[in-house]
Amino acid sequence: MMKIDEKLALQKTATKVRMGVIEGVFNAKSGHPGGSLSSADILTYLYFKQMNIDPENPKAANRDRLVLSKGHAAPVLYSVLANRGYFDVEMLKTLRHVDSILQGHPDMKKIPGVDMSSGSLGQGISAAVGMALSAKHFGDDYKVYTILGDGEIEEGQVWEAAMFASHKKLNNLTVIVDNNNLQIDGSIDEVNSPYPIDEKFKAFGFEVAVINGNDLDEIDAAMQKVGTYEKPYAIIANTVKGKGVSFMENQVGWHGSAPNEEQYKAAMAELESALAAL
Amino acid sequence: MADIKKIATRDSFGNGLVELGNERDDFIVLDADLAAATKTGIFKKAFPERHYDCGIAEQNMVSIAAGIAATGKRVVCSTFAMFAAGRAYEQVRNSIGYPHLPVIIGATHAGISVGEDGATHQCCEDLALMRTIPGMTVINPADDTEAKAALRAAFDHDGPVYIRFGRLAVPVIFDEDYKFEIGKGVELRDGSDVTVIATGLMVAEALEAYELLKAEGISARIINMPTIKPIDKDIIVKAAKETGAIVTAEEHTVIGGLYGAVSEVVVAEAPAIVVPVAVNDVYGHSGPAPVLLDEFGLRAKDIVAAAKAAIAKK
Ligand SMILES: Cc1ncc(C[n+]2csc(CCOP(=O)(O)OP(=O)(O)O)c2C)c(N)n1
Ligand SMILES: [Mg+2]
Repeated sequence: MMKIDEKLALQKTATKVRMGVIEGVFNAKSGHPGGSLSSADILTYLYFKQMNIDPENPKAANRDRLVLSKGHAAPVLYSVLANRGYFDVEMLKTLRHVDSILQGHPDMKKIPGVDMSSGSLGQGISAAVGMALSAKHFGDDYKVYTILGDGEIEEGQVWEAAMFASHKKLNNLTVIVDNNNLQIDGSIDEVNSPYPIDEKFKAFGFEVAVINGNDLDEIDAAMQKVGTYEKPYAIIANTVKGKGVSFMENQVGWHGSAPNEEQYKAAMAELESALAAL
Repeated sequence: MADIKKIATRDSFGNGLVELGNERDDFIVLDADLAAATKTGIFKKAFPERHYDCGIAEQNMVSIAAGIAATGKRVVCSTFAMFAAGRAYEQVRNSIGYPHLPVIIGATHAGISVGEDGATHQCCEDLALMRTIPGMTVINPADDTEAKAALRAAFDHDGPVYIRFGRLAVPVIFDEDYKFEIGKGVELRDGSDVTVIATGLMVAEALEAYELLKAEGISARIINMPTIKPIDKDIIVKAAKETGAIVTAEEHTVIGGLYGAVSEVVVAEAPAIVVPVAVNDVYGHSGPAPVLLDEFGLRAKDIVAAAKAAIAKK
């Protein structure tokens, strides 16, 4: 278990990260708040506690890597990177602007700290597998993380990647599925159910943990296991889409739409008071 | 020409990989259950621990290659042109092309000369597809020497490279002194009435056409154009201005390949007649490669006819 003040610090950071998401998407007048908010706790934990990274040296050869395979959640990745010191938090307001480096989907050539360009669902996990394979082949000991949407795993390529990762025993790879139960056209079980997700990854040869992905203690417990297995590791993170902004929670409509001025103020006020209450 | 040495460029690819493997150990080779056919199997035999078979999952293989390149390492991935440029087009575009990662895509079994496997495997669209990707270098070597040289050049290139190799054994045209440079066409014969710009296995046909045309008193300039992108504008403009008529020759659909690339330059820079020798917007079918090359009009005699047509329109 994490110490209480360590957890509190992470909770505060995750709340600030959520504020950065709302700030970005509001100023962009477009973007994807729902799946950004659901994975805010996981990404905060990864960049503030788990990963071996240095914002001063974003290209360090032996750094841990993260591929945001669900690239549309760029706002939360950018917010985490900014809060971690890769670039100025103020820049989040330029999300998707024509003269900004903060592209609608992650761009490794433009944005410090982004390890792989992504946005076309299903490809990021393969790139992460390539990174893990490279580490194994060339004798590097960094770890690779990738975050997938639960709708994204309907893509066949995800399972090609999973099959290869376990075949090659890539135990330096951790796959996190943000299981918020929603995609664009509805809930994942209505559209084209990938359930049971845990059983599928087990069948593909992964070690699997199922956790509450909005609970930092459960995230912490699951991450302690990284690197301890012979097999690749899948964390199925049950989350709430839109988590932290009550009117966005579990609403399919907040997958890819921006708040108006009034909604923006309400969302920020809610997050401000959540921060103050911590 | 019975005693002319013939080698399929897919063999040059496999042999070239081994040569490079002997010189450097900083790269990985990926295949998708076609190592015996693409000839990465030759490399696998020499360096089993540096060859990874991704199984029948080309999209995954292409994105894995991108991930390897993103860690700063070199990687070659290989499958048939149909599956590299066709099935995995979007992975090539988004995972490799967009981040401009230095992945070498060794695509074999390109064109109609695949032969007996028939239309599903005869990819005549790859040059067009790959050419549309910003920053992609597209190379279609003519023979063994050029194929190995192109592979070597791709390793020294900082960006993605698509190299097209063939299944059919083709004449060795160039000797060891041949200098290959990405983006450069090579004038093989000078001439003044018409220019033939050929790529891949059509270069040997173009050289034959030169002799046939010469016998009829027609002076043809022959240009080998191994790099489809970036295309060598200067050599095209010079040919358009000096000969006023061009024939393009490629084992590829008439849409968007060499004919397209040359025409784009000519239209913008130096208007001239350009007549294509290419696969005429149709699927292939099963048959021996030489028979198909005859049937689909990809022979020296077809270049001769096109050259006369081009001259007539001047
Ligand atoms: C290959 C591909 N197809 C479609 C899309 C469009 N798209 C963007 S997000 C999305 C839904 C994703 O749902 P999910 O993976 O569950 O993400 P989350 O709920 O975490 O936002 C779709 C279909 C895409 N980006 N890539
Ligand atoms: Mg979802």
